[in-house]
Amino acid sequence: MSVRELDAARLTDAVARLYVRACLRLPPYVEDRLRAFGNPYIVENFEKNGDIPLCQDTGMAAVYLEVGQDVHIAGSIPDAVDAGVRRAVREGYLRASIVADPLRRTNTGDNTPACLYTDIVPGGQVKVTVAPRGFGCENKARIAMLTPADGLEGVKAFVLETARLAVPDACPPVTVGVGLGGNFDRAAYLSKKAVLRQGPNPDPFYAALEAELYGQMEKFALGVNILAAPTHIAGLPCAVSIGCHSLRWASEVL
Amino acid sequence: MTEKHIHTPLTDEVVRTLRAGDRVRITGVVYTARDAAHKRLCQLLDAGEPLPFDLQGQIVYYTGPTPAPPGRPIGSCGPTTSYRMDPYTPRLLAQGLQGVIGKGRRSQAVIDALRARPGVYFSAEGGCGALLANYVKSSEIVAFPELGAEAVRRLEVDGFPAEVFCDCRGNIYSPYL
Repeated sequence: MSVRELDAARLTDAVARLYVRACLRLPPYVEDRLRAFGNPYIVENFEKNGDIPLCQDTGMAAVYLEVGQDVHIAGSIPDAVDAGVRRAVREGYLRASIVADPLRRTNTGDNTPACLYTDIVPGGQVKVTVAPRGFGCENKARIAMLTPADGLEGVKAFVLETARLAVPDACPPVTVGVGLGGNFDRAAYLSKKAVLRQGPNPDPFYAALEAELYGQMEKFALGVNILAAPTHIAGLPCAVSIGCHSLRWASEVL
Repeated sequence: MTEKHIHTPLTDEVVRTLRAGDRVRITGVVYTARDAAHKRLCQLLDAGEPLPFDLQGQIVYYTGPTPAPPGRPIGSCGPTTSYRMDPYTPRLLAQGLQGVIGKGRRSQAVIDALRARPGVYFSAEGGCGALLANYVKSSEIVAFPELGAEAVRRLEVDGFPAEVFCDCRGNIYSPYL
């Protein structure tokens, strides 16, 4: 098996390009859902936009790397990603919204560092996804370490309560991401991935649950996406992340 | 729905005509301030020092814009979530502030302070910063430049669209509540 060499500078280029693109242009499927929802301000915001970010909160840059195990990246991956964020912020006129420390709160001035997530996957490619996360919706995320006895009804109640508490503070119509199972941090991670899920849930059980929950949120939501994972006999972690209507992300494969 | 056109600075008389759910167009000067600037303003009050701008009858807009690209007065500038300013708002209203623009719910303490002032809380369309930038004609930093996006800016706005979320009688309106 040969190892593919990839210069970290290509990561920088990709992150810079994807971050700016995500801030200026929504994925087409999101635009379609927003047109169907029908708020004219929101539609005008993305249809008439040319050169400035759709939302002033250009977010904390969540960067997801799916790194093929047959790839060797020459250079520091975190440094390369942050260099991409820095360039995007400068060239794309994005906002510097990151403070270096949560209590001492000095702005880093260039929106670094990114929140970097890496997965090792089969193959010889690297998939880069940049998802700017604004904090209007981020602040509305919640997690509950439910018990097995809480079960399905407990999950439904917590998801609905969280979604209702989220609007109108987080900008509706929202996409509700639910991470079920795993452990405390895994559930939170899954809930974020769920927000970004594009297609229908392949599991009919969860597809039906999503439809049922969405039926109680149509006034203020675009959808409910659930990602479930194996968990412990004692637990039922349930994390809920809120995606605002500016459901921004962009991906490419290197 | 009809829109009410209002000009800054506000007066008690104008504020009393506004009802929760009214759509408005705001023209004149508004000042930007969000979390860090609110903290600084209240620290100045604690120290007995003058504020960097006169609050009397003014509107504060909770926004931290993106940098202005060449040829534009401002970048994207939609509202940020208001409840984070709840700890500071009653104090600024007591100093003369009469209107705020943001998005989302407010605390009972803010609702009560709006009744007492009298003042008004407007909601602008969240997540529509690119669109709302079109209503801003000029932007100038007037305080705390070291705060970057959180600096206090004096904006001249023309026909800025918003709706009354909380009026001076304690009524609240949101299409999502």
